[in-house]
Amino acid sequence: MKAPSAWLLALLLVAPAAHAATGGGPPPPTPTSGFTNPKEDARYHALLKNLRCLVCQNESLQDSQAGLAQDLRREVREQMRAGKSNPDIVKYLVSRYGDFVLYRPPLMGTTYLLWFGPFLVLIAGIVALFVLLRRRTRRPDPDPLPAPERRRLAALLREREEGSKR
Amino acid sequence: MIPEIGHFALVLALCLALVQAVLPLLGAWRGVPEWIAVARPAARAQSLFVLLAFLCLTYAFLTNDFSVAYVAENSNTALPWFYRIGAVWGAHSGSLLLWVSILSVWTLAVTFGSRSLPEDIAARVLGVMGLVSIGFLLFMLMTSDPFTRLFPAPLNGRDLNPLLQDPGLVMHPPMLYMGYVGFAVPFAFAIAALLDGHLDAAWARWSRPWTTAAWLFLTLGITLGSWWSYSVLGWGGWWFWDPVENASFMPWLVGTALIHSLAVTDKRGAFKTWTVLLAIFAFSLSLLGTFLVRSGVLVSVHAFATDPRRGIFILIFLALVVGLSLLLYAWRAPAVKGGGNFHVLSRETLLLVNNVLLVSAAFAVLLGTLYPLILEGMAVGKISVGPPYFDTVFIPLTLPLVFLAALGSLVRWKRQPFRALIGYVWLPLVFCTAAGMLFSFWYLGRVHALLVVSVIAAFWVMLLSARDIWWRVRRNLAGGTRWYRVPRHVLGMALAHFGIGVFVLGVALAGTGSLEKDVNMHPGDAVQLAGYTYRFDGVTETRGPTYTATQARVTVSRDGQVLATLYPQKRIYIVQNMPITKAGIRPGLLHDFYVSMGEPTSDGGWAMRLYFKPMVRWIWLGPLFMALGGLLAAGDRRYRLAVVRQTQPKERAAVRPATQPLPASPGGS
Repeated sequence: MKAPSAWLLALLLVAPAAHAATGGGPPPPTPTSGFTNPKEDARYHALLKNLRCLVCQNESLQDSQAGLAQDLRREVREQMRAGKSNPDIVKYLVSRYGDFVLYRPPLMGTTYLLWFGPFLVLIAGIVALFVLLRRRTRRPDPDPLPAPERRRLAALLREREEGSKR
Repeated sequence: MIPEIGHFALVLALCLALVQAVLPLLGAWRGVPEWIAVARPAARAQSLFVLLAFLCLTYAFLTNDFSVAYVAENSNTALPWFYRIGAVWGAHSGSLLLWVSILSVWTLAVTFGSRSLPEDIAARVLGVMGLVSIGFLLFMLMTSDPFTRLFPAPLNGRDLNPLLQDPGLVMHPPMLYMGYVGFAVPFAFAIAALLDGHLDAAWARWSRPWTTAAWLFLTLGITLGSWWSYSVLGWGGWWFWDPVENASFMPWLVGTALIHSLAVTDKRGAFKTWTVLLAIFAFSLSLLGTFLVRSGVLVSVHAFATDPRRGIFILIFLALVVGLSLLLYAWRAPAVKGGGNFHVLSRETLLLVNNVLLVSAAFAVLLGTLYPLILEGMAVGKISVGPPYFDTVFIPLTLPLVFLAALGSLVRWKRQPFRALIGYVWLPLVFCTAAGMLFSFWYLGRVHALLVVSVIAAFWVMLLSARDIWWRVRRNLAGGTRWYRVPRHVLGMALAHFGIGVFVLGVALAGTGSLEKDVNMHPGDAVQLAGYTYRFDGVTETRGPTYTATQARVTVSRDGQVLATLYPQKRIYIVQNMPITKAGIRPGLLHDFYVSMGEPTSDGGWAMRLYFKPMVRWIWLGPLFMALGGLLAAGDRRYRLAVVRQTQPKERAAVRPATQPLPASPGGS
């Protein structure tokens, strides 16, 4: 969430003053959204970021320069001006274009696995971990060396013993 | 002539790969020393022929040989020479050739780095790598030969995809593939060990430096890709959760799990079967990544190639590799036992938790990437899985890892007394919590839960990693050793974990502190952003070797003092008539100024997107630390000592002919 921070707020307070101080140059440029209220502008962009441009290769409505994306942006602006809320706008777009337009897939029958799958794996992993830990802490210590290496160790020790006798 | 030599070299390489795969594997199975001895020469010859083919294609690009169809499609006489080299892997066939060439580089490295290994193990490893090579060489020769001629030859080529005409993209694929393909080495070691039936600590120690090396290249490759998309795509983002990015991220996550699991298998002999499984998965995911990107199954910004025949080939190859590996695993793994015991609170347990979290995270990425394809394939709906999904699912799985990473070197193997651990960590924990909260509040001016937690985690892991090294240095000073005598693997781990902190700090601060404005600007207009003035001075026309561009000039100033002049461009690449935006960026350690141009507006202005991006460089600085840590760890003395000692077992064997030749000391790079 790239929310406007305190800086932006401070900016809003300072900017008109600075403007006045420079003796009133040209007016500041307008946002491309046409929303001069920064809150509306931010809401507009936040909304666009989570919507997909339907004809592009994985670009959001915010980023895309495609014709359809421009049309949809206009649509979103008009709906916002008409006073519709975010859920209303999203509902409208989904009714027209399907769930494909949403970057956050809705929670429904076919997406339960998508949303809960990773956490199921996590839980399964933790359960397996517990079972393993119970086993490991109870079992006696296993043979520390594999057989061939044990033989080699014995041979080395024998060699050394013989060497020291000589 | 030269392209025909290249093609012929590929055919010869395929024949040699068959020899490299079949004879050594059979020889190791039946115990025929002559067949085992074939492994190294065959592998070296195979690699050299593949590299020869690669040089031939490079030559065709450098000399603008447009009678080669692939060159005609991806190059142009106006293209500067360094982009012509980059164009070798700019599209499907060439990137496959790059894949096989890099496998050759790794194969050559294994033939030289495996001299301390028992001969039959080395033969099996090279044999498995030969099998992989067969698959890719066949794929290339059957579906996508880069040397196919075009008749009549066009006068000029169709130019390289404009998105790829960037220094970042010359370096990104080789690095990424070094990582992807590098996981073939631990995979080959795992399969060799399964075939051999001896899964032991020595196997883990042989695999470790190779795995770390592959991982560090993958880390660098992903970082380069992220940096490239930030500076070229013009959207100010550094990670888009695009399927192609995910394709490289999944092997990275599993590879990271593998590195940690190998540590346990090496040091304590535990989790052998799990480690083998991870090695198989890491490589399978690399293959899946290749499949996803190269088959055109994904519709994403990166999908340049579309041809179902190719997709089916890779899918069959993938199914064979994964299926056979898992069958072998199911057959051999149950017989593997052992490993030391450990307590609930021990380094073993923490590393297992690390593995569970990393694998869950990799699964989340896998689901998010494949789910839309599966739903569409089953015709039950069309959905998009984008950043909001990954942000929701991925962060809770990975943020705990950051906290755990800090404990890495503090917690002992086998058993860690709880009180002692609390004694080590309570003060840093209190300090980091306080500092993190204060810092977040100062930074954003309000409470943002995720930012606070991230900053605390970042401080925590950075502080504890640095303290670990400081303690070692202090101990050295007290003990009379030279102060810098810190084992490289310890230093590497601390540096990599410190890098996580740097990365998390970058992500959290850039994510919450970035400011942006979309404005319609006329020449002379100025906009205030984050206390800086961005003034649009106007546009000029300019041109590059393969494009014409409209270039804007934006000066960034504060209190009348000019801090940066940015030149964002809108380019039209002449041959393909494709528009590309090139952002104007002034990088800085603490913040970037970033401007990208949109379309001209109806009233004669320009739609401009202005950004102020704090701390964004730290996002790439962190992974650089991680890669450097990997480099240090892979070059540790404990892996190199083996080479010095390698002659000893032979001498012993000569002295005591009764004893069977035993596995040599662990070896590696």
